[in-house]
Amino acid sequence: MNFPGNWNTMQLDAQGRLRHFLTVEGLPRRILTDILDTADSFVVVGEQPVKKVPLLRGKTIVNLFFETSTRTRTTFELAAKRLSADVLNINVSTSATAKGESLLDTQKNLEAMHTDMFVVRHQHSGASHFMAQHAAPHVSIINAGDGQHAHPTQAMLDMLTIRRHKGAFDSLCVAIVGDILHSRVARSQIHALNTLGVGEVRVIAPRTLLPVDIESLGTRVFTSLSQGLAGVDVVIMLRLQKERMQSALLPSEHEYFQRYGLTEEKLALARPDALVMHPGPINRGVEIASSVADGPQSVILRQVSYGIAVRMAVMSMAMGRSPGARETAAKEPE
Amino acid sequence: MSETHEDIEVLIKKMAEDLRDHLARSGITDPVMVGIHTGGAWVAERLHRLLDLEQPLGTLDISFYRDDFTRIGLNPQVRPSHLPFDVDGRHVILVDDVLSTGRTVRAALNELFDYGRPATVTLAVLVERDGRELPVQADVTGRHMALRRNQHVKLSGPDPLELKVQDVD
Repeated sequence: MNFPGNWNTMQLDAQGRLRHFLTVEGLPRRILTDILDTADSFVVVGEQPVKKVPLLRGKTIVNLFFETSTRTRTTFELAAKRLSADVLNINVSTSATAKGESLLDTQKNLEAMHTDMFVVRHQHSGASHFMAQHAAPHVSIINAGDGQHAHPTQAMLDMLTIRRHKGAFDSLCVAIVGDILHSRVARSQIHALNTLGVGEVRVIAPRTLLPVDIESLGTRVFTSLSQGLAGVDVVIMLRLQKERMQSALLPSEHEYFQRYGLTEEKLALARPDALVMHPGPINRGVEIASSVADGPQSVILRQVSYGIAVRMAVMSMAMGRSPGARETAAKEPE
Repeated sequence: MSETHEDIEVLIKKMAEDLRDHLARSGITDPVMVGIHTGGAWVAERLHRLLDLEQPLGTLDISFYRDDFTRIGLNPQVRPSHLPFDVDGRHVILVDDVLSTGRTVRAALNELFDYGRPATVTLAVLVERDGRELPVQADVTGRHMALRRNQHVKLSGPDPLELKVQDVD
Protein backbone atom coordinates (compact mmCIF):
# COMPACT_ATOMS: atom_id res chain seq x y z
CA MET A 1 0.00 0.00 0.00
CA ASN A 2 1.58 3.28 -1.05
CA PHE A 3 0.94 6.70 0.39
CA PRO A 4 2.48 9.98 -0.66
CA GLY A 5 5.61 11.01 1.18
CA ASN A 6 8.14 8.99 3.08
CA TRP A 7 6.78 7.15 6.12
CA ASN A 8 9.85 7.75 8.19
CA THR A 9 10.05 11.43 7.37
CA MET A 10 6.57 11.49 8.85
CA GLN A 11 7.13 9.17 11.80
CA LEU A 12 10.53 10.29 13.06
CA ASP A 13 11.65 13.77 14.05
CA ALA A 14 14.87 15.42 12.92
CA GLN A 15 16.78 13.63 15.69
CA GLY A 16 15.45 10.24 14.57
CA ARG A 17 13.01 9.87 17.46
CA LEU A 18 9.45 8.64 17.23
CA ARG A 19 7.02 11.46 16.55
CA HIS A 20 4.00 9.61 15.13
CA PHE A 21 3.43 5.85 15.10
CA LEU A 22 1.63 5.08 11.84
CA THR A 23 3.19 1.84 10.67
CA VAL A 24 5.98 -0.56 11.58
CA GLU A 25 7.01 -0.69 7.93
CA GLY A 26 10.35 0.98 7.33
CA LEU A 27 11.02 1.87 10.96
CA PRO A 28 14.57 1.03 12.02
CA ARG A 29 15.21 -1.91 14.32
CA ARG A 30 16.54 0.55 16.92
CA ILE A 31 13.10 2.16 17.30
CA LEU A 32 11.29 -1.19 17.56
CA THR A 33 13.77 -2.38 20.18
CA ASP A 34 13.36 0.89 22.12
CA ILE A 35 9.58 0.36 22.11
CA LEU A 36 10.01 -3.18 23.46
CA ASP A 37 12.58 -2.14 26.10
CA THR A 38 10.42 0.74 27.30
CA ALA A 39 7.30 -1.46 27.32
CA ASP A 40 9.14 -4.02 29.45
CA SER A 41 9.48 -1.40 32.18
CA PHE A 42 5.83 -0.39 31.88
CA VAL A 43 4.70 -4.00 32.42
CA VAL A 44 5.89 -3.57 36.02
CA VAL A 45 3.83 -0.37 36.47
CA GLY A 46 0.66 -2.41 35.88
CA GLU A 47 1.64 -4.73 38.71
CA GLN A 48 2.29 -1.96 41.27
CA PRO A 49 -0.18 -0.97 44.02
CA VAL A 50 -0.51 2.45 42.34
CA LYS A 51 -0.73 1.57 38.64
CA LYS A 52 0.17 5.04 37.48
CA VAL A 53 3.21 7.16 36.70
CA PRO A 54 3.15 10.93 36.22
CA LEU A 55 4.90 10.99 32.83
CA LEU A 56 2.08 12.52 30.73
CA ARG A 57 0.46 14.61 33.48
CA GLY A 58 -1.20 17.64 31.90
CA LYS A 59 -1.35 16.08 28.41
CA THR A 60 -4.67 15.48 26.67
CA ILE A 61 -5.05 12.42 24.49
CA VAL A 62 -8.01 11.94 22.14
CA ASN A 63 -9.20 8.46 21.23
CA LEU A 64 -10.75 9.11 17.84
CA PHE A 65 -12.44 5.88 16.83
CA PHE A 66 -14.31 5.85 13.52
CA GLU A 67 -14.58 2.08 13.75
CA THR A 68 -15.81 0.36 16.90
CA SER A 69 -13.27 -1.58 18.89
CA THR A 70 -13.95 -1.72 22.60
CA ARG A 71 -10.86 -3.75 23.37
CA THR A 72 -8.33 -1.59 21.52
CA ARG A 73 -9.93 1.65 22.72
CA THR A 74 -9.98 0.42 26.31
CA THR A 75 -6.31 -0.56 26.31
CA PHE A 76 -5.32 2.81 24.78
CA GLU A 77 -7.48 4.59 27.36
CA LEU A 78 -6.00 2.62 30.22
CA ALA A 79 -2.48 3.18 28.88
CA ALA A 80 -3.04 6.94 28.71
CA LYS A 81 -4.56 7.01 32.19
CA ARG A 82 -1.67 5.00 33.64
CA LEU A 83 0.60 7.72 32.23
CA SER A 84 -1.59 10.30 34.05
CA ALA A 85 -2.88 11.89 30.84
CA ASP A 86 -6.43 13.18 30.43
CA VAL A 87 -8.35 11.10 27.89
CA LEU A 88 -11.15 12.13 25.59
CA ASN A 89 -13.12 9.36 23.87
CA ILE A 90 -14.81 10.64 20.72
CA ASN A 91 -17.70 8.44 19.72
CA VAL A 92 -17.95 8.80 15.99
CA SER A 93 -21.62 7.95 15.76
CA THR A 94 -22.48 11.08 17.76
CA SER A 95 -19.65 13.23 16.45
CA ALA A 96 -19.74 16.12 14.02
CA THR A 97 -18.13 13.90 11.40
CA ALA A 98 -21.38 11.98 11.18
CA LYS A 99 -23.07 15.31 10.46
CA GLY A 100 -20.78 15.92 7.50
CA GLU A 101 -17.74 17.58 9.02
CA SER A 102 -14.50 16.52 7.34
CA LEU A 103 -11.79 14.55 9.12
CA LEU A 104 -9.48 17.53 8.85
CA ASP A 105 -12.06 19.90 10.37
CA THR A 106 -12.57 17.47 13.26
CA GLN A 107 -8.81 17.26 13.79
CA LYS A 108 -8.28 21.02 13.70
CA ASN A 109 -11.20 21.67 16.07
CA LEU A 110 -9.85 19.16 18.57
CA GLU A 111 -6.33 20.58 18.21
CA ALA A 112 -7.77 24.02 18.98
CA MET A 113 -8.85 22.55 22.34
CA HIS A 114 -5.13 22.11 23.13
CA THR A 115 -5.00 18.36 22.71
CA ASP A 116 -1.60 16.69 22.38
CA MET A 117 -2.18 13.29 20.82
CA PHE A 118 -4.71 11.49 18.64
CA VAL A 119 -5.19 7.74 18.74
CA VAL A 120 -6.98 7.02 15.47
CA ARG A 121 -8.93 3.99 14.36
CA HIS A 122 -10.41 4.35 10.86
CA GLN A 123 -11.94 2.07 8.27
CA HIS A 124 -9.92 3.71 5.50
CA SER A 125 -6.28 2.87 4.93
CA GLY A 126 -4.14 5.97 5.30
CA ALA A 127 -6.44 7.98 7.61
CA SER A 128 -3.82 8.32 10.35
CA HIS A 129 -1.17 9.15 7.73
CA PHE A 130 -3.42 11.93 6.45
CA MET A 131 -3.87 13.30 9.98
CA ALA A 132 -0.13 13.16 10.65
CA GLN A 133 0.48 15.22 7.51
CA HIS A 134 -1.77 17.93 8.90
CA ALA A 135 -0.92 17.67 12.58
CA ALA A 136 0.25 20.75 14.51
CA PRO A 137 3.97 20.56 15.44
CA HIS A 138 3.33 19.50 19.04
CA VAL A 139 0.68 16.90 18.19
CA SER A 140 1.38 13.18 17.74
CA ILE A 141 -0.75 10.67 15.85
CA ILE A 142 -0.91 7.00 16.81
CA ASN A 143 -2.49 4.58 14.35
CA ALA A 144 -4.85 2.22 16.16
CA GLY A 145 -5.74 0.40 12.94
CA ASP A 146 -6.47 1.83 9.48
CA GLY A 147 -8.42 -0.13 6.89
CA GLN A 148 -6.42 -3.11 5.68
CA HIS A 149 -3.15 -1.25 6.00
CA ALA A 150 -1.58 -1.36 9.45
CA HIS A 151 -2.12 -1.95 13.16
CA PRO A 152 1.34 -1.18 14.50
CA THR A 153 0.69 -1.25 18.26
CA GLN A 154 -0.99 -4.68 17.94
CA ALA A 155 2.09 -5.95 16.09
CA MET A 156 4.40 -4.55 18.75
CA LEU A 157 2.44 -6.10 21.61
CA ASP A 158 2.78 -9.41 19.77
CA MET A 159 6.53 -8.82 19.49
CA LEU A 160 6.72 -8.04 23.23
CA THR A 161 4.81 -11.24 24.00
CA ILE A 162 7.18 -13.28 21.84
CA ARG A 163 10.31 -11.63 23.29
CA ARG A 164 9.18 -12.04 26.91
CA HIS A 165 8.43 -15.74 26.38
CA LYS A 166 11.09 -16.72 23.89
CA GLY A 167 13.96 -14.27 24.29
CA ALA A 168 15.81 -13.58 21.04
CA PHE A 169 14.02 -13.48 17.68
CA ASP A 170 16.73 -14.77 15.37
CA SER A 171 16.29 -18.49 16.02
CA LEU A 172 12.49 -18.47 15.92
CA CYS A 173 10.05 -19.75 13.33
CA VAL A 174 6.74 -17.86 13.55
CA ALA A 175 3.56 -18.87 11.71
CA ILE A 176 0.65 -16.51 11.07
CA VAL A 177 -2.56 -18.38 10.31
CA GLY A 178 -5.81 -17.13 8.80
CA ASP A 179 -7.10 -14.25 6.74
CA ILE A 180 -3.78 -12.71 5.71
CA LEU A 181 -5.38 -10.93 2.73
CA HIS A 182 -7.60 -8.61 4.75
CA SER A 183 -5.53 -8.41 7.92
CA ARG A 184 -3.76 -5.17 8.84
CA VAL A 185 -2.50 -7.01 11.91
CA ALA A 186 -0.74 -9.68 9.81
CA ARG A 187 0.84 -7.05 7.58
CA SER A 188 2.26 -5.18 10.58
CA GLN A 189 3.37 -8.42 12.25
CA ILE A 190 5.29 -9.53 9.16
CA HIS A 191 7.12 -6.17 8.94
CA ALA A 192 7.93 -6.21 12.66
CA LEU A 193 9.17 -9.81 12.65
CA ASN A 194 11.41 -9.20 9.65
CA THR A 195 12.83 -5.95 11.07
CA LEU A 196 13.58 -7.66 14.37
CA GLY A 197 15.44 -10.38 12.49
CA VAL A 198 13.25 -13.42 13.14
CA GLY A 199 14.52 -16.72 11.69
CA GLU A 200 11.49 -17.54 9.52
CA VAL A 201 8.01 -16.10 9.00
CA ARG A 202 5.36 -18.45 7.63
CA VAL A 203 1.87 -17.56 6.51
CA ILE A 204 -0.76 -20.29 6.46
CA ALA A 205 -4.10 -19.67 4.76
CA PRO A 206 -6.44 -20.82 2.00
CA ARG A 207 -5.46 -19.38 -1.39
CA THR A 208 -8.51 -17.09 -1.37
CA LEU A 209 -7.22 -15.35 1.78
CA LEU A 210 -3.62 -14.84 0.64
CA PRO A 211 -2.36 -11.67 -1.10
CA VAL A 212 -0.71 -12.44 -4.43
CA ASP A 213 2.58 -10.78 -3.50
CA ILE A 214 2.88 -12.18 0.02
CA GLU A 215 6.26 -13.88 -0.61
CA SER A 216 7.75 -10.49 -1.47
CA LEU A 217 7.26 -9.48 2.17
CA GLY A 218 9.73 -12.18 3.20
CA THR A 219 7.39 -15.00 4.12
CA ARG A 220 7.10 -18.69 3.35
CA VAL A 221 3.62 -19.63 2.20
CA PHE A 222 1.65 -22.73 3.18
CA THR A 223 -1.90 -23.63 2.28
CA SER A 224 -1.91 -26.68 4.54
CA LEU A 225 -2.06 -26.03 8.29
CA SER A 226 -0.46 -29.38 9.13
CA GLN A 227 2.54 -28.75 6.88
CA GLY A 228 2.88 -25.12 7.92
CA LEU A 229 2.86 -25.83 11.65
CA ALA A 230 5.66 -28.39 11.56
CA GLY A 231 8.42 -27.25 13.91
CA VAL A 232 7.19 -23.68 14.55
CA ASP A 233 7.95 -21.83 17.81
CA VAL A 234 5.04 -19.39 17.71
CA VAL A 235 1.56 -19.73 16.16
CA ILE A 236 -0.33 -16.49 15.68
CA MET A 237 -3.97 -17.12 14.83
CA LEU A 238 -5.89 -14.31 13.12
CA ARG A 239 -9.53 -13.46 13.69
CA LEU A 240 -11.81 -14.55 10.89
CA GLN A 241 -14.33 -11.90 9.87
CA LYS A 242 -17.83 -13.27 9.34
CA GLU A 243 -18.27 -11.20 6.19
CA ARG A 244 -15.58 -13.28 4.47
CA MET A 245 -17.97 -16.21 4.68
CA GLN A 246 -20.77 -14.14 3.24
CA SER A 247 -18.58 -12.88 0.39
CA ALA A 248 -17.94 -16.54 -0.54
CA LEU A 249 -14.21 -16.45 0.02
CA LEU A 250 -14.70 -19.46 2.26
CA PRO A 251 -17.15 -22.37 2.05
CA SER A 252 -18.37 -22.44 5.69
CA GLU A 253 -17.22 -21.89 9.25
CA HIS A 254 -17.34 -25.59 9.87
CA GLU A 255 -15.17 -26.42 6.88
CA TYR A 256 -12.75 -23.60 7.73
CA PHE A 257 -12.33 -25.00 11.24
CA GLN A 258 -11.76 -28.48 9.81
CA ARG A 259 -8.94 -27.25 7.59
CA TYR A 260 -7.48 -24.21 9.37
CA GLY A 261 -8.80 -24.28 12.94
CA LEU A 262 -6.13 -24.78 15.59
CA THR A 263 -6.92 -27.91 17.57
CA GLU A 264 -4.78 -29.78 20.10
CA GLU A 265 -3.93 -32.38 17.45
CA LYS A 266 -2.75 -29.73 14.98
CA LEU A 267 -0.84 -27.83 17.64
CA ALA A 268 1.05 -31.04 18.48
CA LEU A 269 2.78 -30.68 15.07
CA ALA A 270 4.49 -27.50 16.24
CA ARG A 271 7.35 -27.50 18.75
CA PRO A 272 6.26 -28.76 22.17
CA ASP A 273 6.87 -25.34 23.74
CA ALA A 274 5.22 -23.38 20.92
CA LEU A 275 3.28 -20.29 21.97
CA VAL A 276 -0.32 -19.80 20.84
CA MET A 277 -1.34 -16.21 20.21
CA HIS A 278 -4.47 -14.44 18.97
CA PRO A 279 -5.25 -10.71 18.73
CA GLY A 280 -8.83 -11.32 19.99
CA PRO A 281 -11.71 -11.38 20.21
CA ILE A 282 -11.62 -15.14 19.63
CA ASN A 283 -14.13 -17.00 17.48
CA ARG A 284 -14.09 -20.24 19.46
CA GLY A 285 -14.61 -23.24 17.23
CA VAL A 286 -13.97 -21.22 14.07
CA GLU A 287 -10.28 -20.30 14.07
CA ILE A 288 -9.28 -21.90 17.36
CA ALA A 289 -10.59 -24.66 19.64
CA SER A 290 -11.48 -23.67 23.20
CA SER A 291 -9.11 -26.28 24.61
CA VAL A 292 -6.21 -24.58 22.78
CA ALA A 293 -7.33 -20.99 23.50
CA ASP A 294 -7.51 -21.82 27.22
CA GLY A 295 -4.67 -24.35 27.16
CA PRO A 296 -1.19 -24.22 28.71
CA GLN A 297 0.51 -22.94 25.54
CA SER A 298 -1.89 -20.03 25.09
CA VAL A 299 -0.61 -16.54 25.98
CA ILE A 300 -3.69 -14.76 24.65
CA LEU A 301 -4.54 -13.02 27.92
CA ARG A 302 -0.91 -12.03 28.46
CA GLN A 303 -1.08 -10.28 25.08
CA VAL A 304 -3.86 -8.09 26.47
CA SER A 305 -1.72 -7.03 29.48
CA TYR A 306 1.32 -6.42 27.29
CA GLY A 307 -0.88 -4.36 24.96
CA ILE A 308 -1.28 -1.72 27.67
CA ALA A 309 2.47 -1.61 28.32
CA VAL A 310 3.30 -1.27 24.60
CA ARG A 311 0.78 1.53 24.17
CA MET A 312 2.24 3.32 27.21
CA ALA A 313 5.69 2.98 25.64
CA VAL A 314 4.62 4.35 22.26
CA MET A 315 2.69 7.25 23.80
CA SER A 316 5.53 8.26 26.10
CA MET A 317 8.16 7.97 23.37
CA ALA A 318 6.10 10.14 21.01
CA MET A 319 5.38 12.76 23.69
CA GLY A 320 8.83 12.90 25.25
CA ARG A 321 10.79 14.45 22.50
CA SER A 322 12.37 17.80 21.88
CA PRO A 323 15.61 18.84 20.24
CA GLY A 324 18.67 17.81 22.10
CA ALA A 325 19.34 15.67 24.92
CA ARG A 326 17.99 12.20 24.85
CA GLU A 327 21.61 11.05 25.25
CA THR A 328 21.84 12.93 28.53
CA ALA A 329 18.61 11.50 29.85
CA ALA A 330 20.23 8.68 31.79
CA LYS A 331 19.85 10.74 34.93
CA GLU A 332 19.63 14.37 35.91
CA PRO A 333 22.78 16.38 35.26
CA GLU A 334 24.53 16.27 38.59
CA MET B 1 40.23 14.91 39.33
CA SER B 2 39.11 11.46 40.52
CA GLU B 3 38.62 9.39 43.67
CA THR B 4 40.00 5.87 43.59
CA HIS B 5 38.09 2.73 44.40
CA GLU B 6 39.86 2.48 47.79
CA ASP B 7 38.95 6.08 48.71
CA ILE B 8 35.31 5.37 47.89
CA GLU B 9 35.17 2.17 49.89
CA VAL B 10 36.52 4.16 52.89
CA LEU B 11 33.86 6.82 52.32
CA ILE B 12 31.12 4.18 52.22
CA LYS B 13 32.39 2.60 55.46
CA LYS B 14 32.24 6.03 57.10
CA MET B 15 28.68 6.47 55.71
CA ALA B 16 27.68 3.13 57.26
CA GLU B 17 28.95 4.25 60.66
CA ASP B 18 27.20 7.61 60.37
CA LEU B 19 23.99 5.86 59.30
CA ARG B 20 24.17 3.54 62.33
CA ASP B 21 24.53 6.60 64.62
CA HIS B 22 21.72 8.44 62.82
CA LEU B 23 19.34 5.49 63.11
CA ALA B 24 20.21 4.99 66.80
CA ARG B 25 19.66 8.70 67.57
CA SER B 26 16.32 8.62 65.73
CA GLY B 27 15.22 5.44 67.48
CA ILE B 28 14.83 3.61 64.16
CA THR B 29 15.06 -0.17 64.19
CA ASP B 30 14.62 -2.57 61.26
CA PRO B 31 14.90 -0.03 58.43
CA VAL B 32 14.68 -0.93 54.74
CA MET B 33 17.10 0.38 52.12
CA VAL B 34 16.38 1.63 48.59
CA GLY B 35 19.08 2.63 46.07
CA ILE B 36 18.36 4.95 43.15
CA HIS B 37 19.49 3.58 39.78
CA THR B 38 22.27 3.42 38.81
CA GLY B 39 25.03 4.81 41.02
CA GLY B 40 22.81 5.00 44.11
CA ALA B 41 22.04 1.29 43.80
CA TRP B 42 25.79 0.47 43.71
CA VAL B 43 26.42 2.50 46.89
CA ALA B 44 23.31 1.02 48.52
CA GLU B 45 24.50 -2.55 47.82
CA ARG B 46 27.63 -1.88 49.87
CA LEU B 47 25.81 -0.01 52.67
CA HIS B 48 23.18 -2.75 52.85
CA ARG B 49 25.94 -5.34 53.36
CA LEU B 50 27.83 -3.25 55.92
CA LEU B 51 24.69 -2.54 57.97
CA ASP B 52 23.65 -6.19 57.67
CA LEU B 53 20.00 -5.27 57.05
CA GLU B 54 17.45 -8.08 57.20
CA GLN B 55 15.11 -7.00 54.40
CA PRO B 56 16.41 -7.34 50.80
CA LEU B 57 17.64 -4.20 49.05
CA GLY B 58 15.14 -2.25 46.95
CA THR B 59 15.91 -0.21 43.84
CA LEU B 60 14.15 2.73 42.20
CA ASP B 61 14.40 3.93 38.61
CA ILE B 62 13.00 7.44 38.62
CA SER B 63 12.77 7.79 34.81
CA PHE B 64 8.96 7.82 34.84
CA TYR B 65 8.94 10.55 37.52
CA ARG B 66 11.38 13.03 36.01
CA ASP B 67 10.16 16.62 35.79
CA ASP B 68 12.11 17.22 32.56
CA PHE B 69 10.63 14.29 30.59
CA THR B 70 8.97 16.42 27.92
CA ARG B 71 12.22 18.33 27.44
CA ILE B 72 14.69 15.48 27.20
CA GLY B 73 12.56 12.44 26.47
CA LEU B 74 12.47 9.03 28.01
CA ASN B 75 15.58 7.03 28.73
CA PRO B 76 15.10 3.81 26.72
CA GLN B 77 17.18 1.89 29.26
CA VAL B 78 14.70 2.23 32.11
CA ARG B 79 15.20 -0.54 34.63
CA PRO B 80 12.05 -1.47 36.47
CA SER B 81 11.89 -0.37 40.09
CA HIS B 82 11.93 -3.23 42.55
CA LEU B 83 10.73 -2.86 46.12
CA PRO B 84 10.61 -6.35 47.64
CA PHE B 85 8.91 -5.19 50.85
CA ASP B 86 5.87 -3.24 52.00
CA VAL B 87 6.72 0.47 52.13
CA ASP B 88 3.71 1.40 54.30
CA GLY B 89 4.83 2.46 57.78
CA ARG B 90 8.48 1.47 57.18
CA HIS B 91 11.61 3.46 57.92
CA VAL B 92 13.25 3.84 54.50
CA ILE B 93 16.90 4.68 53.88
CA LEU B 94 17.09 6.24 50.40
CA VAL B 95 20.56 6.10 48.86
CA ASP B 96 21.96 8.04 45.90
CA ASP B 97 25.46 8.62 44.57
CA VAL B 98 25.37 12.39 44.02
CA LEU B 99 23.06 15.05 45.47
CA SER B 100 23.12 18.12 43.28
CA THR B 101 19.93 19.88 42.20
CA GLY B 102 17.69 17.71 44.40
CA ARG B 103 15.37 16.82 41.52
CA THR B 104 16.30 13.14 41.49
CA VAL B 105 15.48 12.88 45.20
CA ARG B 106 12.17 14.67 44.68
CA ALA B 107 11.29 12.21 41.89
CA ALA B 108 12.39 9.25 44.05
CA LEU B 109 10.19 10.43 46.94
CA ASN B 110 7.21 10.76 44.58
CA GLU B 111 7.77 7.24 43.32
CA LEU B 112 8.28 5.83 46.80
CA PHE B 113 4.93 7.26 47.91
CA ASP B 114 3.24 5.47 45.00
CA TYR B 115 4.20 2.22 46.73
CA GLY B 116 2.93 3.31 50.16
CA ARG B 117 3.40 5.82 52.98
CA PRO B 118 6.73 5.31 54.70
CA ALA B 119 7.03 6.28 58.39
CA THR B 120 10.31 8.12 57.72
CA VAL B 121 12.76 8.57 54.88
CA THR B 122 16.46 9.03 55.62
CA LEU B 123 18.59 10.31 52.75
CA ALA B 124 22.17 9.06 52.39
CA VAL B 125 24.41 10.26 49.54
CA LEU B 126 27.98 9.47 48.63
CA VAL B 127 28.71 12.97 47.37
CA GLU B 128 26.94 16.21 48.11
CA ARG B 129 27.73 19.18 45.92
CA ASP B 130 26.27 22.65 45.74
CA GLY B 131 23.73 23.68 43.09
CA ARG B 132 20.53 22.78 44.91
CA GLU B 133 17.35 23.85 43.08
CA LEU B 134 14.96 22.30 45.61
CA PRO B 135 14.96 22.29 49.43
CA VAL B 136 16.48 18.82 49.79
CA GLN B 137 19.29 17.90 52.18
CA ALA B 138 20.99 14.65 53.04
CA ASP B 139 20.99 13.13 56.54
CA VAL B 140 24.22 11.24 55.87
CA THR B 141 26.89 12.34 53.40
CA GLY B 142 30.10 10.62 52.28
CA ARG B 143 31.78 13.85 51.37
CA HIS B 144 31.05 17.35 50.19
CA MET B 145 32.62 18.54 46.95
CA ALA B 146 32.94 22.20 46.05
CA LEU B 147 32.62 22.25 42.27
CA ARG B 148 32.28 24.96 39.70
CA ARG B 149 28.96 25.25 37.85
CA ASN B 150 30.48 23.79 34.70
CA GLN B 151 31.81 20.74 36.52
CA HIS B 152 30.04 17.41 36.64
CA VAL B 153 30.74 14.56 39.07
CA LYS B 154 29.97 11.00 37.99
CA LEU B 155 30.25 7.64 39.71
CA SER B 156 31.24 4.73 37.49
CA GLY B 157 30.98 1.12 38.59
CA PRO B 158 29.77 -1.21 39.90
CA ASP B 159 33.15 -2.77 40.48
CA PRO B 160 35.41 -0.94 40.96
CA LEU B 161 33.63 2.25 41.93
CA GLU B 162 35.27 5.44 40.71
CA LEU B 163 34.29 9.08 41.06
CA LYS B 164 35.28 11.42 38.28
CA VAL B 165 34.94 15.17 38.00
CA GLN B 166 34.68 16.46 34.45
CA ASP B 167 34.27 19.86 32.88
CA VAL B 168 31.09 20.10 30.83
CA ASP B 169 30.43 22.54 28.00
